[in-house]
Amino acid sequence: MTKTAHDFAKASAKALGDRQSRAILHKAIGHIRVLRQRSVNAMPDFAERQARAVAVRDKTLAKLPELLEKLEASVTAAGGRVHYAETAETAAKLVAGILAERGVRLVVKGKSMVSEEMGLNEVLEAAGIEAVETDLGEYIIQLAGQRPSHILAPALHVSKEQVSDLFARKFGRTSTDIPEMTRIARDSLRQKFLAADAGITGCNIAIAETGTVTVLENEGNIRLSGSCPPIHIALMTLEKVVETLADAAVVLDILPPAATGQTLPVHLSFFTGARREGERDGPREMHLVILDNGRSDILADPKLRSILRCIRCGACLNVCPVYQSVGGHAYGTVYPGPMGSVISPLLKDNPGDPRQPFACTHCAACSEACPAGIDHPALLQELRRRVSETETDLPVAAFNLLARHPLLFGGAAAVGRLFDPKLREVAAVAPDAPVGRFLRCREFPGLARPFSRRFKALARRLKRLQGGRA
Amino acid sequence: MEAFLFIPCLVEHVLPQVGEATTAVLVRAGLTPVLPKGQTCCGQFAYKRGRADLVRPLARRFVEIFQDAPVVVCPSGSCTAMVRRYPSLFAKDDPFREQAAQVAAKTFELGQFLVERLGLTDLGARWDLTAALHGSCQTTRVLGAGSATEALLAKVAGLTLVPLARPERCCGFGGAFSIDYPEASEAIVAEKIDDIVASGAEAVITAEPSCLLNIASAMAKRDLPIKALHLAEVLAGEGI
Repeated sequence: MTKTAHDFAKASAKALGDRQSRAILHKAIGHIRVLRQRSVNAMPDFAERQARAVAVRDKTLAKLPELLEKLEASVTAAGGRVHYAETAETAAKLVAGILAERGVRLVVKGKSMVSEEMGLNEVLEAAGIEAVETDLGEYIIQLAGQRPSHILAPALHVSKEQVSDLFARKFGRTSTDIPEMTRIARDSLRQKFLAADAGITGCNIAIAETGTVTVLENEGNIRLSGSCPPIHIALMTLEKVVETLADAAVVLDILPPAATGQTLPVHLSFFTGARREGERDGPREMHLVILDNGRSDILADPKLRSILRCIRCGACLNVCPVYQSVGGHAYGTVYPGPMGSVISPLLKDNPGDPRQPFACTHCAACSEACPAGIDHPALLQELRRRVSETETDLPVAAFNLLARHPLLFGGAAAVGRLFDPKLREVAAVAPDAPVGRFLRCREFPGLARPFSRRFKALARRLKRLQGGRA
Repeated sequence: MEAFLFIPCLVEHVLPQVGEATTAVLVRAGLTPVLPKGQTCCGQFAYKRGRADLVRPLARRFVEIFQDAPVVVCPSGSCTAMVRRYPSLFAKDDPFREQAAQVAAKTFELGQFLVERLGLTDLGARWDLTAALHGSCQTTRVLGAGSATEALLAKVAGLTLVPLARPERCCGFGGAFSIDYPEASEAIVAEKIDDIVASGAEAVITAEPSCLLNIASAMAKRDLPIKALHLAEVLAGEGI
């Protein structure tokens, strides 16, 4: 790839400069977190639900190739067709090919991060096919010419007022009343649903035994996208499969509460194959595109495999202090936040900043929030190990060399104390030196006379005091 | 009983008052603090940069220094968590792994040691203060010692703890994170300080020296008249 790697440090610094966006993000995430906490608190058995879900996800991953074969057989038996794509690019071309062959001019899309991963909208546009996002958030993002900033709430970073301005420009109608704004979007979208030649949806869970594509949503647009137009194309990545309907129910037990704080979403759709003989509605053709894009390699990697447990609930994003501050766009990848920092570098297309796994404070809020039991800090640690193998980390190497020799270590601190007052000046003239970067928002704490030199006298004094009291 | 002090490098060279307070608290708990020579760094810095290979020699040094200790006590949740991780850095068939496991099992964060090992919560400390507790991610989530900190503070006479909004949230230090991503680190610590100011507390208390350093120096930059205290300092009481 000739593209220069994304620089998260620069992109996040820039994002942090935008005070308005930060305030919007702050408010929106706070809201999601309250909802989630309320729902998890109301579920005394959340931990058990979680344990069952982890077991199902692990069982699934252990026999993934077998389940994918089973899924293909079931989808085919239900009148659908299954297509495998190795890379995001081939997947997008495959979808564009299916649509072009059938003379499709207009496609409605239900929200799908896999479609973002494929860069599908650009490929369709190049093929002369109009693709309209129908999830309200995703629609706003498309109208604004942006990218989603959150895997669940794509327009999390946009305020009500900004949407109002956008609608005024695009539709000549506006309001800041949310139901009214929704009506404006609906009026436009309803025409698209009725006119569309095909519908594209994502897939939250694919059920191997029945060939069913399961989708969760709150707006009904995905159900319309998958059932109204004559062709339905569902997109999934290969780890989204489970074996049975009962296994799907176990995942459904944790996904809505962890994602949006709901017990169940407003719409839970099960799409199984195409319209059968004698049925009056449903798509005449159904295609399921299964994308790999590096996931087979992750599956074969025992140290990283557990990231494929991810059910895309977004809980890790909502608690991550880094994500909460810089927002999703700074990551430059389809998947931001903790799960994104693990999976993006492993994807074949658009892996983002190779140093992304270092952009973490090790606070472990992500693993605590993850309903699928993913230990993101451990996975990030493994990724850091792999990156650090390929480079020389001079500060760490030097620090550790000193740390192996107590005399040198103490000596270096003594030298540091000598220059102590000067360090502040270094920070002033060299804000990009490590000291300068640390002191960007901090006063220099100063090096002190070491504790070990104070210890003996202190211990003696304390002993005397203690003796005196006893 | 003797308690061997494991003093993090940050405490040794930047926050020696935390080491002094830890010593005082252990004496008050009826122990004899011992400071073994030759301590440097537990290796956390290298570990978090993905360099477990560089941590191994430091882990070997640590185990040598502390293997004969009846118990090892440390005023840092993150350094204690690092030592608890030592065995996992060595191969399953490496005999050193077992030695590291023995030392890891007897290494405790100060609050955890007092509450879980000694069953002590009331150390007779007094400090007339209204304070907010910053739980520290490494002490609470990673090490699981958060409830010990709370139990100890609950028994400090004169101390009123006020709730902090989002007490579970990171302070934004993250070791090298603060240098690699200074703008993000600044944004996160700024929010923490805003929460502290909004709580109306006169002081913020934490069991983690690195959070303490981060929050204290960022508050100093803003000239805020809010104290930043380590758990040990509070337990030692005013004027040790």
